[in-house]
Amino acid sequence: MSTLVLLVATGLGLAGLYFLLAAGLSLIFGLMDVLNLAHGAFFALGGYMAWTTMELLGFIQSVALRFVVALLVAAAAGYLIGVVIERLLIARNYGDHLVQILITLGLGFAGVALLGGLYSYDPRALDQPEWFTQTTTLLGARIPNSRILIFAIAAAILAGLLIFLNRTRHGLVIRAGVENREMVSALGIDVGKSFTLVFGIGGMLAAIGGVLGAVYFNGITPSLGTTQLIFAFIVVVIGGLGSVVGTAIAAVLVALTQQLLNFYAVTGAGDIAVVVLLALVLLARPQGLLGRQAR
Amino acid sequence: MSTPLLRVADLHVNRGDAHVLHGINFSVAERGVTALLGRNGAGKTTTLLALLGLLPGRGSVQLAGEEMLGLPTHDIVTRGIGYVPEDREVFSQLTVEENLRLATRSETTSAEVNDRREVVDGLFPILAERRSQAAGTLSGGQQQMLAIARALLNDNQLLLVDEPSKGLAPAVIADMVNALEQVASHTTILLVEQNLRVAERLATDAVVLDQGTVVFDGTMQQLFGDPELTHAHLGVSGGTMTAKSTTTQGGAS
Repeated sequence: MSTLVLLVATGLGLAGLYFLLAAGLSLIFGLMDVLNLAHGAFFALGGYMAWTTMELLGFIQSVALRFVVALLVAAAAGYLIGVVIERLLIARNYGDHLVQILITLGLGFAGVALLGGLYSYDPRALDQPEWFTQTTTLLGARIPNSRILIFAIAAAILAGLLIFLNRTRHGLVIRAGVENREMVSALGIDVGKSFTLVFGIGGMLAAIGGVLGAVYFNGITPSLGTTQLIFAFIVVVIGGLGSVVGTAIAAVLVALTQQLLNFYAVTGAGDIAVVVLLALVLLARPQGLLGRQAR
Repeated sequence: MSTPLLRVADLHVNRGDAHVLHGINFSVAERGVTALLGRNGAGKTTTLLALLGLLPGRGSVQLAGEEMLGLPTHDIVTRGIGYVPEDREVFSQLTVEENLRLATRSETTSAEVNDRREVVDGLFPILAERRSQAAGTLSGGQQQMLAIARALLNDNQLLLVDEPSKGLAPAVIADMVNALEQVASHTTILLVEQNLRVAERLATDAVVLDQGTVVFDGTMQQLFGDPELTHAHLGVSGGTMTAKSTTTQGGAS
């Protein structure tokens, strides 16, 4: 029993990471039809921004305080770089999928190589507050606090994202744009502004994911995000393009399937099962769990 | 006739490899309804999309003397064009209220917004009743009302209305025609319509397209007074105008 609880708790932590990586991808694809293959680099970037911030703030005694600042710096960096990339490179290439794929794939490779050159390819461990590595006993299982924290942060971000999408005019424009971009501009709304905003938000979420990923995987490497990106894409497709809630549900499904099967079956079975899950969803519900029927 | 509200000159539009509009010329007078008619594939919807900047075109499109061709869609629309698309295109996942809120351009002041909302609520009371319902769950007629309502929430000089009667039951068409008639009393409408009875009832002027060129530009009376014209370009025998029936049932062809 306690093993199952531990596996589920760890799985929920992993689900949080998948959600952070996939939510941005899903919104960017849903709204702008852009497959952002550089998204994994944002994840790694977040991890390294946090690592550098922790180093620079070494004079601060409290590790927890440094970690919070590092998380905020990484989030801000992810947002800004997302905005700059959208404005400089993506904005003039909407509608041209080949160019988008080449640009984002190239950026992804270049980003990983740049981080590798700056920080080397060896994993860098992030200083963690002691509380992270302590455990909380839940239903007889001793669960590392970091897993609970990652899940809690992801859940809080999900709530924030839903409030933003459902309660603000920007959110309204984005939700409408995911459904029918041309009609939004035919109502006199500059959809380009929303595109920039969503790209920034996507970068921010991935960067936050990267900081938490450095905690979860006990260190960050330049290719960590790229490795996780494949699972994030699976989450996006299962959840339904453009649906934030669908992405959250799919993240939990995928992460739990992976965790449980990798433990109870053979190591690696979970990863394969996820692909099978993807195939089943595509057969039964091609638009994803909460996605809309293609028009 | 005074200066036209909309003047389209030598407008060419390609869709993919197809040259759909071959340098069309027409103008729309201020006030009233101008019908844009023609058979399927004549280029009517393409014309509207090009006017909105949703399809790129060459030539000239002037609204009240200002060139609009080449501007981004949202710029064109904020200069005072409302669009009611073919197939409604309401945001099905958003509620009726959200659809209306989205359509309200932010720069209009709140007193004005309230006035316009009252007008819309008066015109389409059913929308006020279904405010918090997802637009995708409305009936076709209600979606059409919502699509028209969206275009009425702003101070537009011109409305582009694409086949408002498409797929609607006769009784619903009658309601919709009444609503458009009220709207037309204060806003100019360029109406694409396959249902010629609807066009006859609403429009004073007509522009007829055939294979991407303008083959008629004049009054509805002239068009329907000439059986050869209607037969050649619309595929119906003329003279329905004389019947002047108030029913709006059925299609034209």
